Amino acid sequence: MSDQTHMPAGHDLAPGDEEQHSVGARILGYVVGVVLALLLTATSFFIAGTDLVWQPSIPVALIVLAIAQMGVHLVFFLHITTGPDNTNNVLALAFGLLVVFLVVGGTVWIMGHLNANMPPMDQIMQMRR
Amino acid sequence: MSMTATAGRAHADPHHIGRTAEHEGPAPKRIVTAYGFWIFLLSDIVMFSCFFAAYAVLSGQTADGPKGTEIFEPRNVAIETVCLLLSSFTCGMASIAADVRNRFWFYLGMAVTCGLGLVFLIIEFREFADLVSRGYGPSRSAFLTAFFSLVGCHGLHVSAGVLWLLTMMAQVFAKGFRADVLRRMMCFALFWHALDIVWVGVFSVVYLLGSGG
Repeated sequence: MSDQTHMPAGHDLAPGDEEQHSVGARILGYVVGVVLALLLTATSFFIAGTDLVWQPSIPVALIVLAIAQMGVHLVFFLHITTGPDNTNNVLALAFGLLVVFLVVGGTVWIMGHLNANMPPMDQIMQMRR
Repeated sequence: MSMTATAGRAHADPHHIGRTAEHEGPAPKRIVTAYGFWIFLLSDIVMFSCFFAAYAVLSGQTADGPKGTEIFEPRNVAIETVCLLLSSFTCGMASIAADVRNRFWFYLGMAVTCGLGLVFLIIEFREFADLVSRGYGPSRSAFLTAFFSLVGCHGLHVSAGVLWLLTMMAQVFAKGFRADVLRRMMCFALFWHALDIVWVGVFSVVYLLGSGG
């Protein structure tokens, strides 16, 4: 393995590395990212405490805003793109997301059903007698 | 395989899915290291997802103790969020400075990142200490157990990140911008940005959904 810092053209990119840009362009990328992230954060905090929107939509809106902000972080800070030099990074991310959704979604789904199908505690105590 | 066939395949397969490795040696060490660390970060996020799942299941099980609405302070959470977000930005500035080997901007970026991380940790620690002193410690209810383990686990990661950050400053001071130091710096930047992504999940799911929804 060579110890070089930047790879020749046509090679894969390490996660976190971007294609060769000037310093100004790289800083601009971070500035755009931080502005977008701040906007999404402010929207999240505003929506969570407001009466201006239909109340049942708030949890969905918060989750959508959170996913959008995670996307902003991935693109502008971690530089994960869909480019050909990023295939390995994106595939690893996709597998990680699959496991995350299986764990969180599966747990919420199954535990919700168990909760709904469980008789109240006093009934259980009667059945035990 | 003739050269024309290889070139034709490269054109039809821009993502190198069916890549034949016969002509290319192993990838450069920077790519191998960062990719391995990326896999670690994803497994770390999978571990956090288990804590998130536990919190989602247990958030209503308050055992007549306090509910989320009663103990969360949105103002503190907003300050913590802004601190982590800006520290992610300054961390990016420091890694750009490391790539162009500018010591002053590297030290400045890392110092600001460290300061913002410490402000985050202090606010979080005071919140925890305040809850425990009011008798709402992790043993009060299943909801508080899940809350302390999820948010505390993220806080432990940030503490480890601050220690790593100081180590990176010391290594650049002692060894300069060597290739191995730059690889560690890249892994640290990935770690710090990933912590920010986890925090987005924490403040949305725990604090905002817990108090609003």
